[in-house]
Amino acid sequence: MLKLISQRLALGLVTLFFASALIFFTTTLLPGDFASAMLGQQATAENTAAIRAQLNLDRPAVLRYADWLSGAVRGDFGKSLASNRPVAEEIAPRLANTFFLAIYAALVAVPLSVFLGIMAAIRQGSVFDRTVNVGALLTISVPEFFLGYLLLMFLAAHLRVFPVLSVVSPTMPFFTRLYVTFLPMITLVLVIVAHMMRMTRASVLQVMASPYIEMAYLKGLPKWRVVVQHALPNALAPIVNVIALNLAYLVVGVVVVERVFVYPGMGQMLVDAVSKRNIPTVLACGLIFAVVFISLNILADLLSIMSNPRLRHPR
Amino acid sequence: MAVADAKLPAKKKAPGIRLFGHRVPLSAQIGFLIIFANLILMIFAPLLAPYGEGVVPTDLQKWASPSAAHWLGTDAIGRDILSQLLYGARLSIGLSLLTTIIAFIIGIVTGFTASIMGRWVDVALSRFADLILSMPTLIFCLVIITVVMANEDAVVTATGVSNAFFEGMVIVLVIGFLYAVPVFRLARAVSMNIVALEYVEAARLRGESIWWVIRREVLPNSIPPLVAEFGLRFCFTFLLIASLSFLGLGIQPPYQDWGSMVNQNAQAIFIGKPQPLFAAGAIAILTIGVNLVVDWLLSVYSRAHGENA
Amino acid sequence: MSDAATARRPFGDQVLDVEDLRIEVRTDAGPGPVLVDNVSLQLRQGEVLGLIGESGAGKSTIGLATMGYSRSGCFITGGKIIFRGKDVRTMTREERQDLRGHGVAYIAQSAAASFNPALTLYEQICEIALRRGLMKEEEAKADAVRLFKELELPNPEKFGERYPHQVSGGQLQRAMAAMAMITKPSILIFDEPTTALDVTTQVEVLASFRKLIREHGTAALYITHDLAVVAQIADRIMVLRHGKMIEVGDATQILQAPREEYTRRLVAERTVANQNLREEAKAATAPLLEIKNVVASYRSLTKVINDVSIDIQRGDTVAVVGESGSGKSTLARVVVGLLPRSEGDVRFQGESLPARLQDRTRDQLRRIQMIYQMPDVALNPRQTLLEIIGRPIEFYFGRGKAEVKDKVGELLRHIDLPESFINRRPGELSGGQKQRVCIARALAAEPELIICDEVTSALDQLVGEEILRLLNRLQDELGIAYMFITHDLGTVKRIANKVAVMLKGQLVAYGDTAKIFAPPYHPYTELLLSSVPEMRADWLDEVLAKRTKRT
Repeated sequence: MLKLISQRLALGLVTLFFASALIFFTTTLLPGDFASAMLGQQATAENTAAIRAQLNLDRPAVLRYADWLSGAVRGDFGKSLASNRPVAEEIAPRLANTFFLAIYAALVAVPLSVFLGIMAAIRQGSVFDRTVNVGALLTISVPEFFLGYLLLMFLAAHLRVFPVLSVVSPTMPFFTRLYVTFLPMITLVLVIVAHMMRMTRASVLQVMASPYIEMAYLKGLPKWRVVVQHALPNALAPIVNVIALNLAYLVVGVVVVERVFVYPGMGQMLVDAVSKRNIPTVLACGLIFAVVFISLNILADLLSIMSNPRLRHPR
Repeated sequence: MAVADAKLPAKKKAPGIRLFGHRVPLSAQIGFLIIFANLILMIFAPLLAPYGEGVVPTDLQKWASPSAAHWLGTDAIGRDILSQLLYGARLSIGLSLLTTIIAFIIGIVTGFTASIMGRWVDVALSRFADLILSMPTLIFCLVIITVVMANEDAVVTATGVSNAFFEGMVIVLVIGFLYAVPVFRLARAVSMNIVALEYVEAARLRGESIWWVIRREVLPNSIPPLVAEFGLRFCFTFLLIASLSFLGLGIQPPYQDWGSMVNQNAQAIFIGKPQPLFAAGAIAILTIGVNLVVDWLLSVYSRAHGENA
Repeated sequence: MSDAATARRPFGDQVLDVEDLRIEVRTDAGPGPVLVDNVSLQLRQGEVLGLIGESGAGKSTIGLATMGYSRSGCFITGGKIIFRGKDVRTMTREERQDLRGHGVAYIAQSAAASFNPALTLYEQICEIALRRGLMKEEEAKADAVRLFKELELPNPEKFGERYPHQVSGGQLQRAMAAMAMITKPSILIFDEPTTALDVTTQVEVLASFRKLIREHGTAALYITHDLAVVAQIADRIMVLRHGKMIEVGDATQILQAPREEYTRRLVAERTVANQNLREEAKAATAPLLEIKNVVASYRSLTKVINDVSIDIQRGDTVAVVGESGSGKSTLARVVVGLLPRSEGDVRFQGESLPARLQDRTRDQLRRIQMIYQMPDVALNPRQTLLEIIGRPIEFYFGRGKAEVKDKVGELLRHIDLPESFINRRPGELSGGQKQRVCIARALAAEPELIICDEVTSALDQLVGEEILRLLNRLQDELGIAYMFITHDLGTVKRIANKVAVMLKGQLVAYGDTAKIFAPPYHPYTELLLSSVPEMRADWLDEVLAKRTKRT
């Protein structure tokens, strides 16, 4: 098993490396003159030359990639084209905000969806199961902004239970922060719970359909014992896999949710940078998101390897 | 003669609406209805819309609540929301369909080729696919869009196409290629599963050519999962394009698809008005409808395959 | 049963009394077929009742019903199941849980699937005993070890610490018996426990079971489709068909003097299987197919086929026998070119065949046809019989549509299927009918050699017998040679005039059937032959005696 784990880790590192290259080399897709294209209508001879110097556009792409990557690893992403401040400085508080929101959502979503998924699987076909299924299907189908605006309208604008804008500041006390970010958190939670619950339910159902579960019933074991002692240890691996995969999805969902609630996170920053063609910031945000996403996927694989009973006790 | 062979009893037909010999449950019926209604609205938008496209009616009122004159109210500039919704359907659904079709063609051709040609072709394509799939789609989209959009003026002046056309094409091609990858995976997997079955081997043993095998043995049996995947891909594409427009990075004004409608009307929510929910709701309804049909298709396929395998 | 054996085990009180049991299928669409139709049986302490029948007879369903269990979609709709005076159908949930594992224990067909891969064998075997607070953990483990010793499992003290995937199939089957016996139930239900095992392992496991039952005096229901197996272990036999009881009686009476027509056919088929039917080989003419010193391997370096040479004359049937892993199916793939040989030669009518399928001419491909084990996956479910059988005619001979239709009709008649089936699809046919279609498809190419890869293994015994008769008749009429791959020695004797025995990729014996199956034997041939259960009740004792004598 150790061999499998180290293989997967190695593969993961290679993937991360290639992903960073993929992200960087999309900038080389520009056939024309990079600098004047970015400046668009404001291009003059001076500022074009200034941009070129700043981004070292005269060097060959591969070397620029190496520079960028080595800088990124150290936390230096160059300077923002919009504000001329170091990108890393601008990203840091935003990154913190986004992580806060994501972890908040994850802590609520994971136990909830695992619980709902297992319950629905055990009571397959019951009213509970069918309601939960329909609810999940509906939630998965709708875009995040629909849920977000719905919640905003009812809970914030009409009922005034929560603030309309999720304004956070670094000095804010912890519980105020929790309160202010509640709505965006719930929106994220709704989306991931739907996915996670469905996949958990499917995994548990598959395990419950195994012949050894029937054998356990035939030995006269009561249902709770069959589920807890026999089904869950085998469902563990697929459930853990599901959780990690969906947490990776948080990375993507956060972009839209931050926009809906005007939350000052990295998602907002990325969108702004894209519309302003602020390439260093776009690359930096893109890389960070991609690294988190890929790492969670790798984690999912590793955990699934480690919880597979056949691999833990080889012949 | 044949004594111990029991003849299979005639299958009793259960009541209900049937399609291709399979019962269609209520959920799938609703799904079909939703899809059909959307298509009608999309095609006949000019005839059905009370006001013209992008027209600001004479009784200019911003953020008007739903009334007899404006069934869904008006938007930030005073345009009738219902009309905008109908016209926006063409962009939203049309672009998504086009993108899904492109993704499918690329994905299926590469997928079948990889599974049948095997070895180098398969390994190279699969590794590349793994790499693309390991990236978060939306993020990757954003990065590519940044770069390509930076090129916009150059291309527009060089080729003479309109900005809107260029932007539309960018979205369609970028998402089309990105989403071709999961289709490739599925087509390859489905094709490999079928290729492993003995009736395909029997055909190969006869000496049939590869194209005959694909056409007569593999393709007809892979249609159900591929159709289901088409539906799913459509949903993903549809949601992705809507999200991009919502973020202000997709369809640009003066053109409006449902996603940009949500974006432009977003302010209304903060004063308690439901304007952005209509377009968002329309997106939700169509996605739900397609998902219902896809769920049914997948259940039919898994049952049928159980009998054969 | 010999008199000594009967005297050893006087039967006790009645433990199970099933009256008019009726089990039906119910789905959303309404009531379905009846799985068990008014079956009654009685079981006394220490007695073994064999339940015999082909697939779909309802034997497993009855076995499960005695524990008050039915699979999803199936419902017990009538009758009484009285265990020690109490009707199982009226029991509460707790009482039923008590019944299972303590009163009646179940031993499933596939041990590998019935054990939880996440728990050790100890945990699973002891948990029922521990659950009741009947025993402490050390006691339960000690009991388990004692059972392991009785069942002759290796390293009994440490055996329970292992995980299911760490032990072999035969050992796992015996572990399942230990799991069933640990609570000392009154009745054991054996549900086809040796069907999935190799013939040689089957003997040992069967012997362990018999020893276990005798030493503990448990009653047992032994469910199987193999009459010869049940002959070794059962005191009484009940024959089932389509859910109905056909006949029931003492084992000796059923085996030697069956009363009902169906029972007689079953017994006859099994006994005939052990006699030579096929005539001697014809005079040696130029061989049709020559396999000379063929070596082949898959991507890894181990040789799957190692220096095999076989000749097939026109009109011959050469059986290639071996257990799983012997390389017999691989040999077929080498002959047709799906797996290129790495050394050696394969010649057809004197001409060397290219190693790879792609390099062969259409005519070369036409002359050798193949029929597979599972007709379900060998036929494209979306094509009609006309398309399936007609394609080879169109492909090889370029005939027009009308001619093809005529020929297909003719072939259908040849295989005893009505011509009206021509527009049916495989899904509308039974297993035996589908296999006939596969034969027709092979015949459509007008081949000289047909390779039959385990073609009767997936079919019921009587259906398989029909297929063998059909194949024999076609050979007499058309002079086709067969390469018949199988693991079932009984089939070999019915159809082949030559036999090749393979073990781990090598040919250990090859020659006329009569010579190979008569002494002096190659040791492996002897092992194979002796492992095929015969209909005599004392066969098992004989085999065991011979084996202990040797060791």
